[in-house]
Amino acid sequence: MKAFQLTRATDSAQAIATAAKAKTAQQGAEIRFIGGGTTLIDLMKLNVEQPQTLIDINRLPLDKIEALPDGGLTIGAVVHNSDLAYHPLVRKNYAVLSEAILSGASAQLRNMATTGGNLLQRTRCMYFRETSMPCNKRVPGSGCAAIGGANRSLAILGTSEHCIATNPSDMNVAMAALEATIHVRGPKGERSIPIADFHVLPGSTPQRETVLEPGDLITHVTLPAPAPGSRSLYLKLRDRASYEFALASAAVVVTVANGKVTRARLALGGVGTKPWRSTEAEQELTGQSATEEVFRKAAEAALRGAKPQSENGFKVELAKRCLVHALTLATQTA
Amino acid sequence: MSDQDESEERTGAENPSEFGRSTRRKFLSRLGTASLLATAGPVTTAFGQHSVKEQGTSSVSKDAIPVTLRVNGKKHDLRIDPRTTLLDCLREHLHLTGSKKGCDHGQCGACTVHINGRRVNSCLCFAAMHEGEEITTVEGIGQPENLHPVQAAFVTCDAYQCGYCTSGQIMSAVALLKEPCGPEDADVKELMSGNICRCGAYPNIVAAIQSVRQDAKQPKAG
Repeated sequence: MKAFQLTRATDSAQAIATAAKAKTAQQGAEIRFIGGGTTLIDLMKLNVEQPQTLIDINRLPLDKIEALPDGGLTIGAVVHNSDLAYHPLVRKNYAVLSEAILSGASAQLRNMATTGGNLLQRTRCMYFRETSMPCNKRVPGSGCAAIGGANRSLAILGTSEHCIATNPSDMNVAMAALEATIHVRGPKGERSIPIADFHVLPGSTPQRETVLEPGDLITHVTLPAPAPGSRSLYLKLRDRASYEFALASAAVVVTVANGKVTRARLALGGVGTKPWRSTEAEQELTGQSATEEVFRKAAEAALRGAKPQSENGFKVELAKRCLVHALTLATQTA
Repeated sequence: MSDQDESEERTGAENPSEFGRSTRRKFLSRLGTASLLATAGPVTTAFGQHSVKEQGTSSVSKDAIPVTLRVNGKKHDLRIDPRTTLLDCLREHLHLTGSKKGCDHGQCGACTVHINGRRVNSCLCFAAMHEGEEITTVEGIGQPENLHPVQAAFVTCDAYQCGYCTSGQIMSAVALLKEPCGPEDADVKELMSGNICRCGAYPNIVAAIQSVRQDAKQPKAG
């Protein structure tokens, strides 16, 4: 691991001013905020990340989960994943978020990982993590060894000829279906970013994963009030029963009235280069009967743009079945 | 070369009376001390300002920073490189070798310790980020003559084979007792999935944990 300077932020403004001096907030940033460190320290040990300065943000007052007057929820950036997943309001109103978080990592890692950090979780693509291999995300222009390589776990949606790395987060998939808003404070002030616009597709610049700029500090995430009468759940399919990344997952938030779907918010995990909201599938569902036939049409719509690689063609059908099954479970009458 | 100022006397490899009860660890640590002593000259010159209270097994880098950690109820004033993980700090600087290094990437759970009562992977923590927090290792939860109920249950249920993952399993299990965990074996398995056992002692580990949970539910006689 390369040497770095460790500083503890006691004040957001100071932390932002320090971090704003970095050339980038993306891959290879020379100044990084550190929360739980579960991704960053791992990547520093692999020399994939080599920050010269770490700013410990864990003592900033960003650790609260609070109900909002409009019925929504605000979640501080350094709230730990386990605290979020087990929070009574999350379990009651946002079951999909609780289930998604508890399906990921281990109890130890969930005690460490933070909300802001999970939004920035990095891909598990083995070529990204192995510095002897080409990777456009790690070293722009070096090529993508995953295309034509070991890509069984990699993405089929949102890929480019430069990168097929999967976004590995479960939490992000639930956040996408819940239409979360990411609140950022930066050198130019505060801004709010819908989660759909927070992560960017790899295109020709896979080293850029989010819209964050140097000095941008995620302060909190807000969730809108739960849709009246809606039910939500997270279904994750993987090689092991526990402690494994998704091959395909689905976060669904649906409202059914008189046998018809009146509202649907759907997102897929394990298959996209970013948390994969599918408005196409939502449109197929809305106003239709809550039947398997309709769910299948929605799943076809969600995967219409899928581009399988040499080893992950099975994910197309797996993701469709995952979505159909999640919708079936979420719309079952109690 | 000392990296640690600790008022308390240390026992172990340096204590001649311990020679009779030699262990593999003591033997290896003596070798380490001897080889360090052989090269102590230039190191001492470079960092002569530090007091030499202990012939430790780790050198202090020029980037070392002062860090105060509270481990198993005891305060330790250290000088460590910011890169030092909590696991390496515990093992190499405080000589608390109960916490094990397996994968060193947060994947196996052998390094599990508690910070403020919550279980974490100490290999993915920088020690310097945990000043002012209460760190508990397997050395802090029970002693050979006074085992923690989870430790006792591991013995009773034969919940280990080689033992390398055991301290991590025990630290995870102790934390699990206070977490929201359903009653079934499947619930325990899910919450213990971050602790890998290559020997495959899983059925007995689950049995040990369930026996402690069962005992906790039953009112004590008398």
